[in-house]
Amino acid sequence: MVKPEFRGRRFVVLTGLAALVTLLALGSLGVGPVRITPFAVIEALFGSGSEVHQTIVREIRLPRAILGLAVGAILGLSGAALQGLLRNPLASPSLFGAPQSAAFGAVLTIALGWADVRSYALPVAGIVMAFVSVFVLLGIAGRNAGLLLLILSGLAISSLAGAATALVMNLSSNPFAALEIAFWLLGSLEDRSFRHVMLALPFIIAGAVVLLSQRSAFRALSLGEETAQSLGVDVGRLRLLVITGVALGVGGAVSVTGTIGFIGLVAPHLMRPLIGHDPAHLLIPSALTGAALLLAADIAVRIIPSTTDIKVGVLTSIIGVPFFLYLIARERRALGGGVA
Amino acid sequence: MSEPFMLIAQEVGVALSGRSVLDGISLSLPPGRLVALVGPNGAGKTTLLRALAGLVSSTGSIEVGGERLSALALRERARRFGYLPQGHVVHWPLPARDVVALGRYPHGATDPGRLSPEDERAVTRAMQATNVNAFAERPVTELSGGERSRVALARVLAVEAPVVLADEPTASLDPRYQIDVMLTLRNAADRGVLVLVVTHDLGLAARFADTVLVLSGGRLAAQGKPNEALSDQLMADVFRISAYRADYGNEAVILPWSGV
Repeated sequence: MVKPEFRGRRFVVLTGLAALVTLLALGSLGVGPVRITPFAVIEALFGSGSEVHQTIVREIRLPRAILGLAVGAILGLSGAALQGLLRNPLASPSLFGAPQSAAFGAVLTIALGWADVRSYALPVAGIVMAFVSVFVLLGIAGRNAGLLLLILSGLAISSLAGAATALVMNLSSNPFAALEIAFWLLGSLEDRSFRHVMLALPFIIAGAVVLLSQRSAFRALSLGEETAQSLGVDVGRLRLLVITGVALGVGGAVSVTGTIGFIGLVAPHLMRPLIGHDPAHLLIPSALTGAALLLAADIAVRIIPSTTDIKVGVLTSIIGVPFFLYLIARERRALGGGVA
Repeated sequence: MSEPFMLIAQEVGVALSGRSVLDGISLSLPPGRLVALVGPNGAGKTTLLRALAGLVSSTGSIEVGGERLSALALRERARRFGYLPQGHVVHWPLPARDVVALGRYPHGATDPGRLSPEDERAVTRAMQATNVNAFAERPVTELSGGERSRVALARVLAVEAPVVLADEPTASLDPRYQIDVMLTLRNAADRGVLVLVVTHDLGLAARFADTVLVLSGGRLAAQGKPNEALSDQLMADVFRISAYRADYGNEAVILPWSGV
């Protein structure tokens, strides 16, 4: 009596998403100052075709595509996991100030001269600050936090992280360094090498493994924390694991790409009409959607004609914030009614 | 040979943020009983239910099915207790059937889309017992309060645990649903389950329960058959009311009447 058509649909959606992500990844390898056809891209990937194409595809664009895929996926996954943990459709890393805090951690590390931009100290500092921010947020918002409380605490934390970052830049003795940090904060996948991939990818994978391992618990949490606990879910441990997973993924991602917002918020929402509301079933489709969104945005910034290059983080925010406003309008009742 | 009690509590106490909420609760409840837990607001009824289910830490000792609660892993506890909290909250618009299937979570069935035949049978039985088949595929968030409460009850029954702990399962239901819910719990008790129901409705308690426990100020004020536990003296002392009493066939009728 389990609707087989629904399970069938999930399979179709997943296959479609996988195909879309593959196409976008190929597109990402082909788009740039030198346009390369998808066929030539595949040739170059497998070591045939022209020498120039091989160098462009494999050394310049491949790291960028891998980062776009991995960072988009972990952002989508983190958003779906946080929404599942908090049973709240407005939960997401960027609204909770996690990327902003991670960025502060990374910026502080650079400014204090503890590490250069290519050391592992950077993602580690980002992860620590992301962990602290989500931990503090959930601490303030409490166990059965309402929408309003979460959003306000998130706003406060991201503002604090932003202010702290600004202070570091303000105090920076080298104006050029400050400018560089400012641009990096906008979020970009440009000019990233395999060194960057190696910096971020292990943490992103670790975060994804942690989050996915908890997926069935999100389903039990649909009934509230107390009921989930009565069904055998260790809710305290789950919270800690989700915070850790999000911090690992987002901290690792931010330390090489800067802050890229709103993908975690948007991706699960795009999937709900197709997959349903089961928070466990949403994780992987949201990850794929996040990957597709970031790859598409990163292609778009290379295609949109402009005198200076547009940073991908700017683009995701420009699209994401109106979407956030739309969600607020939709959740108006829950946000407005104090008792709700 | 001692009597085979399903649930034994000895000197159970609970303190929440430094304030004693329950103190010196001792109980021995055999299987196959419907036990009503009554008491004024703030008497500690919900806290006692949560303590028995191991959801809040307590002093003293609790034994379920001959094993100490504190020695059981979370999953083991979950298989022994079907716990129905107040409010029947479901945060996402999941199909009613998927919510019921979450009752099989403690048995390892974490995906409602992939139930073993045994889990499937348990879900079907629970849905039949609560009569929710008609809206099995509808999102729970679209159901009426009465329908939602039956889905919540079905979820608890699907655990097929030897003990069911239900916190005000009849609150804010119309009379017919109240009777339906109590009858469903009564049937579970008749099949051998120990059912503990928190309620404010002394009439329902008297009508359906084998045993009534009266909590007052965190202590057990009385326990026994409905008519004995809910004596005139106790009604006056604990609830500050007098009640109209009658017999209807073999059943005791207790109707709260006026304040004293």
